[in-house]
Amino acid sequence: MIEFHNVSKVYPNGTRGLNNINLTIHQGEMVVIVGLSGAGKSTLLRSINRLHDITEGDIQINGQSITEASGSGLRRIRRGIGMIFQSFNLVKRSTVLRNVLSGRVGHHSTLRTVLGMFPAEDTELAMDALERVNIRDKAYSRADQLSGGQQQRVSIARALAQQPQIILADEPVASLDPLTTRQVMDDLQRINRDLNITTIINLHFIDLARQYATRIIGLRAGEVVFDGTPEEATDEVFSHIYGRSIHRDEVLGDHPPGEDIVTVIPDPAPARTDGVKS
Amino acid sequence: MNTLTTKPLWYRIRPWVWIILLIAIYLWAFNGLNFEGVQSTAKSVSLSIIDGFAHPDWDYVYDPEGEDLLRGLLDTLIISILGTFVSAFLCIPFAFWAAANVSRLRAVSGTGKVVLSVIRVFPEMIVAILFIKAVGPGSFAGVLALGVHSIGMLAKLYSESIETIDPGPSEALTAAGASKLQVLWFAVLPQVIPQFLSYSLYRFEINMRSATTLGLVGAGGIGTPLLFALQMRNWNRVGVILLGIIILVVLTDLISGWIRKRIV
Amino acid sequence: MKAATIEAPQRYKRYLTWIFFVVLIVVCAIQTDVTPYQLIVGLPQMGTLLAEMVPPDWSYLPTIWKPMVETIQIALVGTMLGGILAIPFALLCAYNVMPNRTVSVPVRLILNLVRTVPDLLFAAIFVAIFGIGPFAGMLAIMFFSFGLIAKLTFEAIESIDPGPLEAMTAVGANKIQLIVFGVLPQAMPHYMSYLLYAFEVNVRAASVLGLVGAGGIGLLLDRSLGLFRYDRAAIIILLTLVIVLVIDYGSTVLRRKLL
Repeated sequence: MIEFHNVSKVYPNGTRGLNNINLTIHQGEMVVIVGLSGAGKSTLLRSINRLHDITEGDIQINGQSITEASGSGLRRIRRGIGMIFQSFNLVKRSTVLRNVLSGRVGHHSTLRTVLGMFPAEDTELAMDALERVNIRDKAYSRADQLSGGQQQRVSIARALAQQPQIILADEPVASLDPLTTRQVMDDLQRINRDLNITTIINLHFIDLARQYATRIIGLRAGEVVFDGTPEEATDEVFSHIYGRSIHRDEVLGDHPPGEDIVTVIPDPAPARTDGVKS
Repeated sequence: MNTLTTKPLWYRIRPWVWIILLIAIYLWAFNGLNFEGVQSTAKSVSLSIIDGFAHPDWDYVYDPEGEDLLRGLLDTLIISILGTFVSAFLCIPFAFWAAANVSRLRAVSGTGKVVLSVIRVFPEMIVAILFIKAVGPGSFAGVLALGVHSIGMLAKLYSESIETIDPGPSEALTAAGASKLQVLWFAVLPQVIPQFLSYSLYRFEINMRSATTLGLVGAGGIGTPLLFALQMRNWNRVGVILLGIIILVVLTDLISGWIRKRIV
Repeated sequence: MKAATIEAPQRYKRYLTWIFFVVLIVVCAIQTDVTPYQLIVGLPQMGTLLAEMVPPDWSYLPTIWKPMVETIQIALVGTMLGGILAIPFALLCAYNVMPNRTVSVPVRLILNLVRTVPDLLFAAIFVAIFGIGPFAGMLAIMFFSFGLIAKLTFEAIESIDPGPLEAMTAVGANKIQLIVFGVLPQAMPHYMSYLLYAFEVNVRAASVLGLVGAGGIGLLLDRSLGLFRYDRAAIIILLTLVIVLVIDYGSTVLRRKLL
């Protein structure tokens, strides 16, 4: 369970990144955060594992305050939270397996990991994580030999190797093509359901948000302006979140990007919504 | 009004000012060299040097009993290998000190950069002389001289490669609960080690050249027998030593260049 | 099935490389008697030496001023003459100016040979021929910077934009016209920058030439050290350091303006 209590973030230059956020996210939810760029999506996500510090309020992860944690206490909370990034953030020159194993470092002493003495179970865990995203056969390849979609799956495996209760994904598909986007989102959804891992994803494609989320949170200028189910998130709601009409490039669909479309958003296919409702 | 008329004039005469300045500097510089004409012996000395180089002292190449060319060259090679090895490690803390993205304070990397440029401009011959006074003449002084002098350049190159790494992996490791040292070990080092190795090899090539003359001040290697040969005007021996140096430098350049290509 | 067959690749090669490297270092250390013990024994001596350098003998400053100026003069003249000599060689080496390999390959070979000869050896030989003094040092610096500048410049020439060269050939220019109108305008800023860089290197080199009798400040350094006048050596080293830093800084600023 993640709880936000009156969370605000003011940047040193006076800009308000987050404004009095109050949220409770329960175990096993698949939350998608939407909003314009600059609305505070990334700040909100990164405040959960404190890659960004907040200036007011308190964030609690399973009853423990990460806002007050420091040193090894902070690292212990962080190792329970996996994170996936837009640009994968893999060490490109290292092997896939070593990248996945690096997700385990928070579980062991610094000395032990630096000497490379990961227990055998860790290697097994890493291999299982790779198996789950279907790239076990790439374990000994160098990360830079993989395609973008494969690299993102490696970073999902790295997050899984942490055995987290929570996975944060910051624009995980923004640098992928539509086909691999679906694969990566399917992987995240499957992991969310199979392992009951709370998953919080920043997205800017509204059709993806509707299709995969169990709950959608809309942010505008650092404030929560919508919080509800995908069914409640109608086009009008999105227009309200964005403060303007919806553009074609905010829909993954099959439209050429760039042009304005006001309300012509295809309804998600029935087969897909079935899964989301569960 | 005034600026309007003077500016074009200044632009027109500026190249001439530079040229006149340069000519003045060089007249002054040439004057300072007070060349007193070629000595009367110059011709005969030149001839004996050419004769010596044409007939190298082949007996000196290998001498089972004492100091010979091969032993001197081996010493030279070892001095530059060890010197490079020492500086490749010593410079790592300096590199992190001088890298702008390691500390938030600009003053930290700024002072680091200044320290490195001071080390860099310190001629290695002077460093060698100081170490000879400390540890006595011989290869060890040469190793220390190269080891300390090379820090200046190597740490600068290292710090530049630290400055250009991708910050993403570090962020990912921090998010996974890694400590500072773990971030360094798993995210930073894998990215910079190949470049560190390549720069060290490059510095090894430079050190190889320096090591050939360190012996002129007594810091070991082929330079010492070279100095004796020069003092005794034994040009046949100078010739064979020069040949040995050329072969050694060319060979190590080739090998090091080949390895560098394979690393990157 | 497929997943089960994944095996860790063999790492013998990596381990062997490491073992080879460690053995190499150890053998090297044994061969030259280089041990940390020696360093620990030597360090106090280093301390005494440094202690004797303080305070530097400031009264020696007027005496060393002239040789210091001479050092700079050696570097200035040597760099210029070496730089001038480098131009024809650099042009002859560059494949895009001199496609005829029977010329460019031997010229490259000569350049590489010149670059392997240590500057102090050049100096010692010229001292033997022309006698002790700055002239021999200047010649040594000239040959040394000739090799350096020629190599850097021909690499710069080879990386210039081939467009203007093609245009010149198309309008029927001869080789000289090609060089003057196509190559020089592009290569000139690089060449000037290398000239300044070589000057920086040469000031440092010239400061030690005196060790073999080729003029400059090095002679006085050698003498002070021989007489155990470390306070004088200190002032010489300090002055050299200041001069070199000032020249490096000025040259860096000028080079940034050029490129």
